[in-house]
Amino acid sequence: MTPGTARWALPASLALLAVLALLPLAIPAFWTANILGRAIVYGIVAMSLTFLATYGGFVSLAQMMIAGTAGYAVAILVPGAVPSILGGVPYALAIPTGLLAATAMGLLVGLISVRTQGIYLLMITLSLGVGVHLFVQANIAWFNGYEGIRNVVGPEILGLPFRDTFVFYYTALATAALLYALVLYLVRTPFGLALQALRDNPRRVSALGYDAPLHRIAAFGVAGFIAGAGGILVTFYNIGISPGTIGLGATVNILVMSVIGGLGHPVGAFIGAVIFTLFDTFAADLYDRDRFNTLVGVVFLAIVLASPDGVLGMARRLRDALAPRPQGRADGIATSRAASAGPPASGNGA
Amino acid sequence: MTGSLALTVVLNGLTLAALYFLVACGFSLIFGLMRTVNMAHGSLYLIGAYVGYAVFEPLYDQDVWWAWYAGIAAGVAAAAVFGVAMQAVLLGWMQGQELRQALVTIGISIIVADQLLAVFGGTSRQFFAPDAIFGSTELPIAGRYPTFRLFQIGVAVMVGLALWLLLARTRLGLMIRAGVDDRAMLTALGVNVPLVSLAVFALGAGLAGLGGVIGATAQPVAQGVDARFLLTSLVVVIVGGMGSIPGTAIGAILVGVAEQVGQALFPTYSVILTFAIMAAVLALRPQGILGRPA
Repeated sequence: MTPGTARWALPASLALLAVLALLPLAIPAFWTANILGRAIVYGIVAMSLTFLATYGGFVSLAQMMIAGTAGYAVAILVPGAVPSILGGVPYALAIPTGLLAATAMGLLVGLISVRTQGIYLLMITLSLGVGVHLFVQANIAWFNGYEGIRNVVGPEILGLPFRDTFVFYYTALATAALLYALVLYLVRTPFGLALQALRDNPRRVSALGYDAPLHRIAAFGVAGFIAGAGGILVTFYNIGISPGTIGLGATVNILVMSVIGGLGHPVGAFIGAVIFTLFDTFAADLYDRDRFNTLVGVVFLAIVLASPDGVLGMARRLRDALAPRPQGRADGIATSRAASAGPPASGNGA
Repeated sequence: MTGSLALTVVLNGLTLAALYFLVACGFSLIFGLMRTVNMAHGSLYLIGAYVGYAVFEPLYDQDVWWAWYAGIAAGVAAAAVFGVAMQAVLLGWMQGQELRQALVTIGISIIVADQLLAVFGGTSRQFFAPDAIFGSTELPIAGRYPTFRLFQIGVAVMVGLALWLLLARTRLGLMIRAGVDDRAMLTALGVNVPLVSLAVFALGAGLAGLGGVIGATAQPVAQGVDARFLLTSLVVVIVGGMGSIPGTAIGAILVGVAEQVGQALFPTYSVILTFAIMAAVLALRPQGILGRPA
């Protein structure tokens, strides 16, 4: 992001939020719940990955599993779930517990992977994610195995059921907006700056006296919290949770969303989520109904090959091509920023 | 647990380890030379198993004795060809961009899994081993034990020895080892590194295909198995050390035996044991047991 766009980031974000808040009045309920709402809840999970990748250079494939940790924690605790594992804990208590569980899981993933970089980190987080998936699939006592836990309907908000399209949509939108603001705020704090320094030159940051491992683990904790919020909403959206929710396919979907949107700014996660959801919903009409995954794979491959920094990167290049070039203005900053905003692979080769 | 049961569990673990080794050493080899994390490695396993089966089935129906061997050859060849195509068309020209390569192979694995589902359907398939290695063998203490599983261990040992000979004693092995150490220098010496890369990809992918046919003889193959073997390859090379064949063997034995012992002692929690091993290795030796620091 060049300094020019930074000035517009806040007004643009607020305008986008306003559009998203007013849109349900104009579009059918199906679009509100199953396209926008769904894109937002999965986008939150994808944003936790985008946050780690953009500002820390950590491509973590454990984020859907961490989201599922929160979802499972809530499903285990709340009343009305089928089967009832513990049950009877009100949502007001279950949701914070779920967020706590996801944050703890995020910290744990960060701790386990703390000494690994780049592609190794990707492998380790992926195996942790798939490992937990296999574990919940095999374990009946706590997670009801393959079947998962159904009928997690969500709390009542202001006396309205969560299943109501608008209650669900506006809760998801408000959560996403808050977490988005949290990320943008956090990366300007000393913690966020240290994190970005860590991405660009870990040795130098350590030499300056920062506790690099601690910053890394904390970043994973923050990402865990974000993913957890997304995971709880995903669970309410699906009215339950099963191992498939956190399997390899789901993990890859989150990565696809983040990459399609672009690892470079948190908004990319939501752009990617909307594109993915549109595909998911309408691919059946475009191509063979059963071969949806082939289409997703081809589109993903095409984007990775053509524009590794996703739609955001495409937009940036398009703008650079169209805009008249300012003469000799802070070129050094612009190029170094452009380099670091590219795919994280450039900065953290093993 | 009685002595014979304990021995059977350990033997089960070793046979599983043999299969894991076959699949993971290809992954490790590819990673060692090209730093490519081949997320489609599980897909290569599936390609080997399914294509092998497509060749095996009609021959088996005609009662040809070499049906299974033809299946092996077809499976290995199909996986190797697919691996070479991947490297030649997509991965070769983005050498060094590790994350992008990983993403590309993820895209490939999505497409392959879906297309295999389209062609072969969702039903599981299983090879029938030829008579010579079918049935069971009498072992001391453990009692009767499936012959094919012992054969599986034999294949893994042979592949391990052959790989060691290839890497330590041949000109290609020399080039591969030099490439692992310093790729740029090897290029400067006039070696056609892209060609060596293709050979390594063929070898690694072919081994995944071999694992596919052997694995699908020991237990049925179905959709979703690719995820399991990708995961296993990842864990085995993380534990054993990336790019090291002896390390892969140690990793495979640790993971295979831990999985079987875990399943015997605490069935629904056994996965945790595997990951406890991985976490412990990462905490003490991030580069893996026999890995070298990156």
